[in-house]
Amino acid sequence: MFREPWEAQAFAMAVALHERGAFTWTEWAAALAVEIKAAQAEGDPDTGETYYRHWLAALEKLVAAKALASDAELQRRRDQWDRAARTTPHGQPIELGNDPSHPGR
Amino acid sequence: MHDHDHPHHDHSHDDGAALPEIALRVKALESILVEKGYIDPAAIDVIVETYETKVGPRNGARVVAKAWCDPAYLARLRQDATAAIAELGFTGRQGEHMRIVENTQQRHNLVVCTLCSCYPWSVLGLPPVWYKAAPYRAKAVIDPRGVLADFGVALPKETEIRVWDSTAELRYLVLPLRPAGTEGWSEDRLADLVTRDSMIGTGLALQPGAAA
Repeated sequence: MFREPWEAQAFAMAVALHERGAFTWTEWAAALAVEIKAAQAEGDPDTGETYYRHWLAALEKLVAAKALASDAELQRRRDQWDRAARTTPHGQPIELGNDPSHPGR
Repeated sequence: MHDHDHPHHDHSHDDGAALPEIALRVKALESILVEKGYIDPAAIDVIVETYETKVGPRNGARVVAKAWCDPAYLARLRQDATAAIAELGFTGRQGEHMRIVENTQQRHNLVVCTLCSCYPWSVLGLPPVWYKAAPYRAKAVIDPRGVLADFGVALPKETEIRVWDSTAELRYLVLPLRPAGTEGWSEDRLADLVTRDSMIGTGLALQPGAAA
């Protein structure tokens, strides 16, 4: 069903946002269909294996379109997680506070 | 945003390891949505657990077996499938409407979502990979008989094959033909004959003796 944890997280975030009324399911299906079409046009074999990549891309765009989180915010936070992951010793949970440029450090 | 993975572990400058790009994007999105109060991490866990363990084609099999045994239930399914399915405790989370499409000797039904992957989650769980794949989505419409052949299903030439294209608002559940030789069987026993594929239309209900 979910091959990796991130797939399950991405799936559940869309369901949860819909449940709190952030978007309608019709809006969601349309956003997902756009991503799938665009990926196909760019040569994605669209064999179902890449499905949750399209799902996540649709979610990022819809979240930005609904002004829940902007592209820039997502990018900044992605970089923070990246720095945090690289500096967190093995065996310890990765936390944003481990980012060397985190304000709390 | 870049969409490529960096699955290698990068030990270049410290003790940690790089996370794959896709995991970073998911963590970024989730942490921001949680901080802003748009999602609750506990609710996310519940949703994942529900779909991993509680919702699946066994739900749909209960619906089909009951429809085979109980004419009054079948009548309710025909009239308002969403409500009749909810009677068994299976309710959709996306507000979608359910409709059953009944196989007969004359007509076989096949369900697809040509645009993306709309699927009756409440009764079948999450769709299999092939359902989400372009080859199935395209071929089901152009050559349904060929799709059935791919799944090892051969129907008589005279049997009409009807293809139903799901949408965000309307999802279909195929009611397969009840196998011969199951007269007097209980709903529980019958439900074991109802496969996921038989409710999508890419399969038939199992014959008695074939149930796992």
